[in-house]
Amino acid sequence: MENFTPVSALIGGLMIGASAALFLVLNGRIAGISGILGGLLHPARSEIGWRLAFLAGLFVAPLVYVASGGVLPPVELDASLPLLILAGLIVGFGTRLGAGCTSGHGVCGIGRGSPRSLAATAVFMVTAIATVFVIRHLIGT
Amino acid sequence: MPLIVSAFVSGLLFGLGLIASQMVNPAKVLGFLDIFGIWDPSLALVMGGAVVVSGLGYLVAKRRGVPVLAPRLEIPTRRDLDPRLIGGAALFGIGWGLVGLCPGPALVGLTFGPWQVFVFVAAMIVGMAVFRLVPADWPQVTFRREATRMDG
Repeated sequence: MENFTPVSALIGGLMIGASAALFLVLNGRIAGISGILGGLLHPARSEIGWRLAFLAGLFVAPLVYVASGGVLPPVELDASLPLLILAGLIVGFGTRLGAGCTSGHGVCGIGRGSPRSLAATAVFMVTAIATVFVIRHLIGT
Repeated sequence: MPLIVSAFVSGLLFGLGLIASQMVNPAKVLGFLDIFGIWDPSLALVMGGAVVVSGLGYLVAKRRGVPVLAPRLEIPTRRDLDPRLIGGAALFGIGWGLVGLCPGPALVGLTFGPWQVFVFVAAMIVGMAVFRLVPADWPQVTFRREATRMDG
């Protein structure tokens, strides 16, 4: 557990939770990233503005973080090009089929006690852990 | 207009949280998913903290009944488990485990991450577009009747 960063994890988690709470109380919607992005592929005209605005907030976040004195963490990705494409396709398709990802099901759904989100989160945690196990410990490098 | 400002602020806060917690770093996420290696429990604390606060937000929203800026709450009401939910979640987990990126961190990483993030996001959007081609009743369920096909 030498990489464990409990303080920053908790602070970041509280911020993510605050974002989801704010979005629900003000806009009445679930802060599910895959849903907000995926909805832009077939948007109702009245929804284009807030969807783009939420995504713009995500894009601007690193700039605001640096401007307020923060040091950005590294983004360490060593996956090959075919693996990146395969993973992206599966994540995009799977999150739409399953109606949510880590944010919509994991944070918002569990927060409100949705049985569907609890089940979805349990399933994607298990398949993600199994995938990492296969890659790192069965195939190995 | 207020709806757009509040959506922007929510997205910004979400992104700042992903950065502060280092969840934008796929290596950090894979460290959590690798429970048989040198395990890094950080992601559990991120989710734990986020779930508690978002749950409080849900209680406030329910109590108010109506959102501050919108006409009504748009919260999924389905409670049944179906093959789409479970199959989609299973697929998502596999893709997440392959490289350590899920949609939120991938979008935040577009601004300052390496070129690989662009490839992932482009493929993710293609995957979402491909899903649009899937019939609404796929996969067919033969062992029981569907009470409803509406999803939230």
